[in-house]
Amino acid sequence: MSFTSELTKGLVKENPTFRILLGMCPTMAVSLAISNGIGMGIAATFVLIGSNVIVSMLRNVIPSKIRIPCFIVVIASFVTMVDLIMAAFVPKLHEVLGIFIPLIVVNCIILARAEAFASKNGVLYSLADGVGMGLGFTLALVGLSAVRELLGTGTLLAVPDFGFPGFKIFDRSLAAVMVILPPGGFITLGLLIGLLNSVTGRKKKARA
Amino acid sequence: MGEILVIFFGGVLLNNFILSRFLGICPFIGVSKQIETATGMGMAVIFVMGVASVVTWLVRALILVPLGVEYLQTIAFILVIAALVQLVEMVIQKVSPALYRALGIYLPLITTNCAVLGVSILNITEKYNVLEAAINGIAGASGFTMAIILFAAIRERMDLAPIPESLKGFPMALITAGLMSVAFLGFVGFRLKELFGVM
Repeated sequence: MSFTSELTKGLVKENPTFRILLGMCPTMAVSLAISNGIGMGIAATFVLIGSNVIVSMLRNVIPSKIRIPCFIVVIASFVTMVDLIMAAFVPKLHEVLGIFIPLIVVNCIILARAEAFASKNGVLYSLADGVGMGLGFTLALVGLSAVRELLGTGTLLAVPDFGFPGFKIFDRSLAAVMVILPPGGFITLGLLIGLLNSVTGRKKKARA
Repeated sequence: MGEILVIFFGGVLLNNFILSRFLGICPFIGVSKQIETATGMGMAVIFVMGVASVVTWLVRALILVPLGVEYLQTIAFILVIAALVQLVEMVIQKVSPALYRALGIYLPLITTNCAVLGVSILNITEKYNVLEAAINGIAGASGFTMAIILFAAIRERMDLAPIPESLKGFPMALITAGLMSVAFLGFVGFRLKELFGVM
């Protein structure tokens, strides 16, 4: 176990969205535009780092029987911070993400990392794990958002908070609106995971 | 009465928690391999979401607002829900062992079901009164139950279908849910307010 391996495992090998299949609700709900994906990703990463560090610091103090409620309080405190900070500095993004910001509390990724990693490992490793997993989640969100934003609106990288309309790739009238509607979330994510499975499956076959 | 029907049918059909709001996907995919378990999960969710909607509404109105600490909403709600699920589990165990055996394993899972916290927060953002909040909770949960039972029925048959290797399991489940979601988009055309005479 090394600091770098803890940091990088979340990106691809143990990517929370594509590999471990956790935290599906916010992934599908907010991935309408890359700016949403990045915003949600950063918010979750902040909470993940904060909760991992605090849980790891307190791991010898918290009695094991009531550890889950304790973890949830720590996580909820960080989520409240993120909620208030985002409402103050990026109000439009806060409005778009809406209910999914407080719902970071029940995002399985965060509780899973507190339970499976931070409560058993040192502060430094837990920090690395939090950063890695957070970036992995952000990466997955941005990937999915990019596909949906491009196919669904024909533009890329629109940022309403800064009044930036985004780069126009093709005309909006050619866009498949279905992709940014709820069914598009399910189907695009399903196909993306299937694509990754087929790529890794082929690699394994080539190695064997 | 009309407003209540609008909230109910809106919650079940138009804003279905799973298929259009993306709340509660984990149990939806995780506990939908068989119709029986899906039904059990659905019943447990209806019960908890109905109770949780009322309790969290009261906690906010009677504790958080008078003290001026609305920003503690997220922390307060999740603790209330966790405690409530525990309490409900103990009460059912004592009062109706048969129901407990049926719901037993699903109850603890519900704490982390984002639909429960989601409906509690939605009740606040939509500015519902306590009755409307209760209806919204039950409606949301009924929509969840309907979706999960339908989905389980589809999945039971899919076991025999020839699915490409890389799509087996989770990806195919997502795509199936996506197609169900397309069907539910059809309900968007319903003008519930006109139908029930609410302006």
